[in-house]
Parts: sequence; C-alpha cells; structure tokens
Amino acid sequence: MMTRRLFGLAAAGLLALGLAAPGTPAAANGKFILVQSTTSTQNSGLFDHILPIFTDKTGIEVRVVAVGTGQAIKNAANGDGDVLFVHARPAEEKFVAEGHGVARFDVMYNDFVIVGPPADPAGIKGMTDVTAALGRIAEAEAPFASRGDDSGTNKAELRLWKAAGIDVSEASGGWYRETGSGMGATLNAGTAMGAYIMTDRATWIAFGNKGDYAIAVEGDERLFNQYGIILVNPEKHASVKADLGQQFVDWVLSEEGQAAIAGFEVNGQQLFFPNAGG
Amino acid sequence: MRDAACHVAPSGAVGAAPAPVLAAARGLAFEAGGRRLVDGIDLEIREGRRTVIMGANGAGKSLLLRLLHGLIRPSAGTVLWQGRPLDRAARRAQAMVFQRPVMLRRSVRANLRFALAVRGLSGPERAERERAALASARLEELARRPARVLSGGEQQRLAVARALACEPELLLLDEPTASLDPASTMAIEEQLAEAHARGVTLVLVTHDLGQARRIGDDLVFLHAGRVAEQGDAARVLEAPRSEAARAWLSGRIYLGPPPLRPV
Amino acid sequence: MDGFFGILGEAVALILAWDADLIEIIGLSLRVTLTAVGIACLIGLPLGALVGTFRFPGRTAVTVLLNALMGLPPVVVGLIVYLMLSASGPLGVLGLLYTPTAMIVAQTILVTPIVAALTRQVVEDLNREYAEQFASLGVGPLDRVAALLWDARYSLLTVALAGFGRAVAEVGAVFIVGGNINHVTRVMTTTIALETSKGNLQLALALGVVLLGLAVAVNALAMTLRVSAQRAAYA
Ligand SMILES: Nc1ncnc2c1ncn2[C@@H]1O[C@H](COP(=O)(O)OP(=O)(O)OP(=O)(O)O)[C@@H](O)[C@H]1O
Ligand SMILES: [Mg+2]
Repeated sequence: MMTRRLFGLAAAGLLALGLAAPGTPAAANGKFILVQSTTSTQNSGLFDHILPIFTDKTGIEVRVVAVGTGQAIKNAANGDGDVLFVHARPAEEKFVAEGHGVARFDVMYNDFVIVGPPADPAGIKGMTDVTAALGRIAEAEAPFASRGDDSGTNKAELRLWKAAGIDVSEASGGWYRETGSGMGATLNAGTAMGAYIMTDRATWIAFGNKGDYAIAVEGDERLFNQYGIILVNPEKHASVKADLGQQFVDWVLSEEGQAAIAGFEVNGQQLFFPNAGG
Repeated sequence: MRDAACHVAPSGAVGAAPAPVLAAARGLAFEAGGRRLVDGIDLEIREGRRTVIMGANGAGKSLLLRLLHGLIRPSAGTVLWQGRPLDRAARRAQAMVFQRPVMLRRSVRANLRFALAVRGLSGPERAERERAALASARLEELARRPARVLSGGEQQRLAVARALACEPELLLLDEPTASLDPASTMAIEEQLAEAHARGVTLVLVTHDLGQARRIGDDLVFLHAGRVAEQGDAARVLEAPRSEAARAWLSGRIYLGPPPLRPV
Repeated sequence: MDGFFGILGEAVALILAWDADLIEIIGLSLRVTLTAVGIACLIGLPLGALVGTFRFPGRTAVTVLLNALMGLPPVVVGLIVYLMLSASGPLGVLGLLYTPTAMIVAQTILVTPIVAALTRQVVEDLNREYAEQFASLGVGPLDRVAALLWDARYSLLTVALAGFGRAVAEVGAVFIVGGNINHVTRVMTTTIALETSKGNLQLALALGVVLLGLAVAVNALAMTLRVSAQRAAYA
C-alpha cells in the first residue's frame, strides 16, 4: 500500500510541478493582438524597443510571431494574426488585393548590405553598384549563401540577381548555396563557409557571430528595404481583432510611433528609418 | 491402450461407495508443432483424494495439468468438471501451482492479497485468510519482502499458500518441491496435508518416489503423452504392471512403444 | 568562443543570476512538457497495455503503427497541429494557436506513441510471464491490465522519462504552433533557436547546458522517488 501511495505521489508531484510551474503572465486586462512579422525586426530588437511604449499607452499587449516574410504572409492569410508587418512590397500588395488585408501602409525602411570575408575573392569590396557586384561574384563563382526561404530578403535578393541578368538556379548547389533558413541561420552558415551573404543591415549590426566578416557592398538605392504594415481583413477572418489591430497600425504610423522607430539604435546606429505617409 | 481400462480404484474400506468424480478427462489429446504431445488420456479425479502423476521428463505431465485446469484447449476429447464441460466458473473452484512459481513484483503479502482480491474478498475476511496463509507457509517474518527476492523454497511455499488461500476444491501442483531441501519439502507436504484434511482434492506431479508414497492415494503414470498405467499408488509403486512404469521405477530408460504419433 | 568551460561558466552564471525572463522560460518549458508527458501517459499507458496484453485482429498492425509513430518528425506534427488550430482550420474557433495549450497538444501527439509503443513492449514481456497465473486465478481483463501496469511501474517510469526527454528537447513543433512569442510561448528550445539565429552562439549553448541540467534534475527527481518508494515498500 505504501508503495502505491508513494509512487502515486511521485507521479502526481511531477505532474503538479508541470502544472504549477509559473505560467504566462497574461496582459493585465487580457487585451492583446497578434502580429505576424519577420525575424529581421524581431532579432534586431526593434520590437523590444517600441512595443512597451505602445502597451504602456494603450494597455494592449502585442504578441509577435517572427518567421520569414513568406510564412508570415501565409499565416496571416489563414487568419492567424491581426496585423501583418513585413517587408516584401509586391507580396504585400497581392495580399491586400486578394482581400486578406484591409490596406497596406509604408512604415519604415532599412537597407540591405552584402557582407563578405576579408579575402574578398570576387573583389567587390567598396562597390556601390549592387548588380555589378553580383556580376563579379557570379563571374568569380565565389560562394554566395542565399536564404532560399521565400522571405522578404530572399525575394529582394532574387530581384537583384535578375536585374544583374544572372540565373542563379543554374548555380544552385555550386557556388550559389540556398540554406532554406532564416537570416541568422544563413549568416551562421555563410560565414562558416566563406560565402558572400546579402542581409538587412539591422540583423547584421545586431548579429553576434560576425567573425572577421565586414560589409562589402552598401549604399545602392536598389538595396532599400521597405517595410509595410497591414491590418488583416476582419471581413475575411472573423477572429481578427480589428479594433485593437487598427489601434496598433494607427500608432505605428503616428508621429509618436514613427519617432519611437527612429529612436531605436544599436551600437549608436539608427537601424530603421521611418517613412510613413511618404 | 494396454492399461487404459485400468480405473482408479476407490480408497478406504473395501466395499465403501467410491467418492464422486470431481474432474475427469475423456479421450484427451493435445497437439502442438505438428506433434501429438498428449494422446487419448482417460482419467477420473475423485473428491477428497490425492492423485499423483508421474512420468519421465517430457512425458506430458505439465500439459495434462494445464488441460485439466483449462489453461489450454484440448485438440480432441474433453475435460469434465462435476460431469459438465469445464468453464471459467469451474476454474474458479480450482487452483494451480506452476512448475516455475509466478511471483508478482510485489511483497509477499501483496501477492496473497492480489489472489484474494480477485476472488472478490475484502476487509476482515481477506485479512484473516492472509494471516492464515502466511502462518501455514511460515512466511510471517517475510511478509513485507518483495516476493521475487525470496529463495526458491520460500517462493514455492508462498505459491502453495497463495493457491490454498483461494480455498479451491481442487488443487493442481506441478512439482512443488522440485529442488527443495528436505525441510522445505516437508513444510510443503504439511501444507498439503492440512489442505487434504480440510477436504481439498489434490493432483500432484512429482518425480520424488518417497513423496509419491507419502502423499499418493492414486497414481497415474504417463509415458510419451499417454497413460501407461494408473491405479492405487502403493500398488503401482510396488508392482508396476506396465513396462514403462517398471523401467522408469527401476531407473532404466524405457524406449518401447507407444511412440509419439505424427498428427 | 571560449570553449567548453566558458560555456559552462556562462550557464552557471545564467542560473545564478536567476533572471526573471529565464525563470519564466524554464517554468513554461517544464509546464508544457510535463503536462504533455502526463497526458501522454494517461493515454499511452493504458493503450500500450491493452495492445500488449490482449490478442485481437490487427494487433500486429497496431504495433507496427505505434512503433513507426515513435519516429514522427516534430515539424510534421507541428504543421498538422497548426493546420488544425489555424483560424481557417477546423478547430480555429477554439483560438488555441500560439498558446501554451497548442504546444502541449503538439508535444502530446509526439510523446503518446513513444509511451504507448514502449509500454506495449514492457507489458507484453511481463504478460508472457504472468498470463497463465492470471488465467489460473481468474483475473478479469481490466484487473489484468491494471496489475501489469502496476507491476511494470519501474520500467514504465523509464518509459515516461523517455517521453519527457523527447518532448523537452523538441523545437520544431513548439516553434510552429507556439510561435516563440516572448513571455507567452517562449520555451528553452525556441530560445536556443532564436539566440542561435541572432548569432549569440555562446548564450545559445549556455541555455543548452541549462536545458540539459533541467533534464538531469527531472530524471534525478524521478529516480529518487523511485528509490525511496522501493525502500519504503520493503523496509
Ligand atoms: N506449446 C508447446 N509446443 C510444442 N511442444 C510443447 C509445448 N508444450 C510442451 N511441449 C512439449 O511437450 C512435451 C511434454 O511437455 P510437458 O511440459 O508436459 O512435460 P513434463 O512431463 O511436464 O516434463 P518435466 O518432467 O520435464 O516437467 C515436451 O516434449 C515439450 O517439449
Ligand atoms: Mg513439467
């Protein structure tokens, strides 16, 4: 009998430990919205900077799911989110056109850079013409790590290859390497294999595993990376919290929200440049 | 079939009415692996009597006990319990002690308690039977020990006590004292004597001639899956009529008929 | 990278700092995984015991299926649970996506086949030994299953711990259905993945050491309880 009791106690104890472990502190009033966004905004720390300001003001907790832009858009199209906050303008416009989103607004931009190893096998260091630089990489068949995950960054990169007149699908598996993963994972992999990598500046500055890598190409207008914000359409998805979501969209586009974005710095550098209403 | 007609003789004073038949086998056969392992067995177990089953290794003694207990289905023939085909309820009136005792991974006391709980006993009645069983097996000191750390002899004693605690009408025992020392053997024989005195019918498989003499009223001798001889135990042991029993009792190896028949 | 001792040192420092965020993450990991393992045991132990004890048509097929399901890729489970719980999925109205409950559901699906398949094996072996004795005593089907589970309890504790190990180390499923939302669904493994993607490899490894420590602690606790239960039973 003793065994049975003790053993039951052990099992119950373990289960209780699980159930009683500190849970999630729900927002004070339980009001929250879900934002489908990208790893670049999350990993850079932008959200950690601006969301508390919004929550303090409105009492609305903002829960961020950070995935690739492609997946974020699909999740939002399934109705799993109230607001979409990503960077792939054509895909965003398609999202709205298909009725999944109410309207799209420019929020801010940052820019992409191409980082590379100190040896600079393609000799592109200091170039400002991005398509020319990509041309040299292809010519030298220097390794290039692409995210290959249909994210905003990936889409922008593919547009640039196309503009440079290079068909990377032929080189895939050769010097052109698709990691099929997020920005951070691609940076980890790319730096380890001595490849050039196109990344958004925000992620790069905040990235902790740069090794001896440095920015090789920057400053081309075509490297600008525009972020947009969209309220998911409540008429399409009944679960969308339109009212709370709209408050967030309005705040991000407001003077206060835009100032908060501009005020976010890492290592003394401003990472995102607000351009709402532009 | 030479000796198949030889029936178990009634015990007691000559002329007394024979005790009623408790269990019976009629033309019992069992096949496995394409061989007939038990064949054409006819026997009767009478109430209150002690039947000893003997025979060489592999003669089919354990199979016969399983068949009588209804643990395996005969391929031919029937087992009768009080004249009716054996069923689950009938098995509840029997208990069996296996050649290798099966001990639950629990304490000695919990092993007894489990068997009694299965019989629907609880409360003071169960406690009383538990106590009595521990006493008759002389295991009071070890009641809280895990049953599986007991010595072989202690486990045999517990197995017998557990079976008897269920208060069966028929107790089937498969070599309960094999590999036990003389004192442990005596302890088990005492348990069996107590049970017999209470009217429990016993069927005992043994290789121990002394034990067969001490316990047996009737004796069934198996050879190669068949009854080679059956009758009054003392008589069979003193003056076996079948060649198989005669050879076995005198320590010879008997290879004669009947051979195992392919099915 | 400071090598092994640097990472170990950082892990110890992380724990000593008793950082509120880290404690929250550890707490949620434990809550999600232990709850999932608990539910998986409630389903898997009886299920495995039934399959291990009784003969019925299709038993082999069930056994093969259970064994195969042990290898379910977490990401696939995550995707299936996502599709079920998504707002446009059949269970969307429940609003469970991106909550700890969704993570518990996913991990339960991952762990239940492990518990059931291993339980089946353990119980079948034990039943082989007990079957004739049970038949002789006239033990009914339910009592049989209960007795087998009880007598196999120490092996089954290891089964539960195997399930715990799989669940607590799993990242693919909880990432998809939990979303790794800060303060809501962020657990040890998703944090490790996140820090890795930020390039904070040392922090990620230190968190990995903390996670390992957590697993060791749970296992040690279970074993201690087992030993003291044994001792108390047979003192
Ligand atoms: N399930 C089975 N399948 C095939 N053969 C079996 C099976 N069970 C028993 N046998 C065989 O049947 C024969 C009789 O077995 P049984 O266990 O009845 O012998 P026994 O008389 O009890 O012998 P022992 O004195 O060694 O206990 C043996 O040859 C054994 O190998
Ligand atoms: Mg035998």
